[in-house]
Amino acid sequence: MSSGQFEFTLAIGGAAGQGIATPGSILARLFTRRGLWLYAYNAYQSIIRGGHIYLTMRISDRRTHSHGDNLDMLLCLNQDTMDRHLGLLGAGGRAIYNSDTIKPGEAADGVQLCPMPVKQLSNRSRNRVIQNTIALGVITYLLGLEFDVLEQALKQQFGRKGDAVVNENVTAARAGYDHAVENFQPLSEPLPAGAKPLALWTGNDALAMGGAAAGVKFYSAYPMSPSTGVLHWMARNGRDLGIMVRQAEDEIAVANMVVGAAHVGARAMCATSGGGFALMTEAVGSAAMMEIPAVFINVMRAGPSTGVPTKTEQGDLWQALGASQGDFERLIMAPTDALDAFNAIPEMFNLCDQAQCPGIVITDLLISEGTFSADPDEINLYPEIDRGEIITNGEAPNGEYLRYEDTETGVSPRALPGVPGYAHVVATDEHDQDSVLISDEFTDPHKRRRMVEKRARKIANIIEQIPAPELQGPEDADVTLIGWGSTEGVIGEAIEQLADKGITANQLAIRWIVPFHARAVIDAVGRAKRTIIVENNYSGQFYRYLRSETGLSVDGHIRKYDGEPFMPHHIVDGVLEQVAGKTNHYIPYQEIMV
Amino acid sequence: MDGIDTRQLVLDPQTANDYKGRVDPDWCPGCGDFGVLNSMRKACLDMGLKPHEILTISGIGCSSNLPGYFNSYGMHTLHGRALAVATGAKMANHELNVVVTGGDGDGYGIGGNHFTHTARRNVDLTYIVMDNEIYGLTTGQLSPTSSLDMKTKSSPHGSIEFPFNPITSAIMNGATFVARGFSSDTRHLSMLMQQAIEHKGFSLISVFSPCITFNHDNTVKFFKRRVKKLEDENHDTGDWKTACEKAMVWDDTIYTGLFLHVKDRPSLDAAEPVLDEGGPIAHRSEALTKEQGDRIISRMM
Repeated sequence: MSSGQFEFTLAIGGAAGQGIATPGSILARLFTRRGLWLYAYNAYQSIIRGGHIYLTMRISDRRTHSHGDNLDMLLCLNQDTMDRHLGLLGAGGRAIYNSDTIKPGEAADGVQLCPMPVKQLSNRSRNRVIQNTIALGVITYLLGLEFDVLEQALKQQFGRKGDAVVNENVTAARAGYDHAVENFQPLSEPLPAGAKPLALWTGNDALAMGGAAAGVKFYSAYPMSPSTGVLHWMARNGRDLGIMVRQAEDEIAVANMVVGAAHVGARAMCATSGGGFALMTEAVGSAAMMEIPAVFINVMRAGPSTGVPTKTEQGDLWQALGASQGDFERLIMAPTDALDAFNAIPEMFNLCDQAQCPGIVITDLLISEGTFSADPDEINLYPEIDRGEIITNGEAPNGEYLRYEDTETGVSPRALPGVPGYAHVVATDEHDQDSVLISDEFTDPHKRRRMVEKRARKIANIIEQIPAPELQGPEDADVTLIGWGSTEGVIGEAIEQLADKGITANQLAIRWIVPFHARAVIDAVGRAKRTIIVENNYSGQFYRYLRSETGLSVDGHIRKYDGEPFMPHHIVDGVLEQVAGKTNHYIPYQEIMV
Repeated sequence: MDGIDTRQLVLDPQTANDYKGRVDPDWCPGCGDFGVLNSMRKACLDMGLKPHEILTISGIGCSSNLPGYFNSYGMHTLHGRALAVATGAKMANHELNVVVTGGDGDGYGIGGNHFTHTARRNVDLTYIVMDNEIYGLTTGQLSPTSSLDMKTKSSPHGSIEFPFNPITSAIMNGATFVARGFSSDTRHLSMLMQQAIEHKGFSLISVFSPCITFNHDNTVKFFKRRVKKLEDENHDTGDWKTACEKAMVWDDTIYTGLFLHVKDRPSLDAAEPVLDEGGPIAHRSEALTKEQGDRIISRMM
């Protein structure tokens, strides 16, 4: 608990194939329907059966920005979970487990062990996942809720599968609930209800929905964790929304299909992870050269190469900065949470359409596969749509149409294929204003220079349209924490904890990477007393970028590169050590073994 | 424009010459690709296609320069990626006549994966491959279709690799229109192009288009002595097995013409439910309707 608000963290651990997802999603729905804020992080592995999965669900009656530091209740679906995580529970914590198959470990004082004799409670059911449903009954009671709340949730979850399945689950859940009534102590303060029901989404849902809201009509993908959820959302909803979804043979085809669809006028998007993005990069450069607007999403996972496919990292910043050969302009943005990821897509499309260039959205597994509450009133599915200077019909111009006319802004009106009178060829070779190649027979250094400058000029105007980052928190703070993308929430929570320890801190959260508001950043960092950069990578990718764009250095670093995301106390500890002068480079220890 | 002699494009072509692009080809005199370009101009004229109704897409290589010499909308894309770009373009605006042009290295080598899958998907486009059995623009190295024992700069001791057969590969991969042409026979080639463009689905015309500079084995003379038209042999274009057998023949006789024509398999755009109504997706309104938005939110609650 913090700040006198309700806060509770439940974790479910087991092996892949034990059905963690179902109780997880039933509880998530139950919490969000009650209007509670959920931040769920699932630590899992690239395995279909076996291994260890550990789902952390933090709920509160105020907004949650990370999966937090504490654990209040642990549901162990196997012995491994009991052995790994019982030690995380402190006084007041509860461990729920199948006492037929799991032996409890040595629990801390004040931890309530909640054994479930599953065989007896399930009437010797042969259903392998019945322990999950019984556990839902136990959890419902422990949270201080009436049984009918769960019964409704089960009916919604299993209704499609028919009455028999619903009844089996309700009966099992009821047995668990009654068992808990007789044997266990519920929370002293029952689970509250929020002001209104909230919605539930993952970051991948948010990215896909952002595309739908932006008017994406062509979505292409090759499955790759942790971005595949975007493809799944698009495939589920595409026909209803008039979005064409194509699963391609590889990411090279994905990106090139997107370029083709975008060229004829559809808003086109694709999402992948770093490995797939590596294959896409030549197409990113082709979009820049042909001046075709398209959005590429890279959901980062721990690399290099195949890396750790189910773990998070902020390791692809320089990959995005250097995507494709050549010296050219691309827009790059790193959203800070799921709602921001949603909003990022229409924002990116509008700017790409204006500048007729590729845009890259880099986010990470933490956001993309996290499950979160969302306030439906904050999800704007009808954003402003600006397609830039585009020619979709009309008479042929007097004289010639110059696709790459060298204008003052660098932006040349873009005629879509099919419009009479504007036939032209776009080329990945360097070309003149009339798109005749100046790469082979007709090379011309003056024209080459002119076209390079024309393309660059388009981007120069974009920075005025994006908000500059601002310091969040007290202006005269002892410490300024700098982060980019998904760390904003956890840094914010660390700042609250630091305040309790007498250290004032503020945050500079970076969202736009290119263009970069170097002046505003120099100004903010210049006013800071002590600057610390927080990054989910080894080498300080953002730190190096900050130096390259501003010439600034910082006082210290907090870096994590073990595949797991920051918890607030990791940052708090890093700040405390640095304020105490013990180090200027803190690497948190990952306590939870997943 | 300054220094380059460019021509103004003709809006409503009346002659094959009206399909000329802004500049003339920079191909070597005697290059087989001229015959392909001329056949394409004649085919489009005979079909009455307007330049704005055609989207010509190429990759990289000598032959991939073709869109610049042709009066239509064009895209000169990345090496090997023309079919992927074309799939996106066709599916986003299925009203366009999409013609993809390129060479054997571009299409059968670096682009081989897309060749397989574009055929399998039956994307409604015409793929014209100018096959010269050599890498020309990089000054003469082995290509996927180079013959065994062929000596090139990258195989000075003779190739030890068995060549790729585009015709049997296309048939095995599910292409619905598979033909072979010869650039010196522009009448025949132009006729094949018309049939291919009219075909609703993926059509391949693999054209022997000899490289006069770097391939001294597979010359115009080499092919002239050997090519025989399938049309003269009562070949059944519905019989894929015979088509494959004839495509494998490579001796004193090499067949050209239409090997396979499957008429009853829907093209990808025809099978795609999103295109059932509402026209090309590229022309539709971007904004979601209130009803669509409400459904999205309700599924999250």
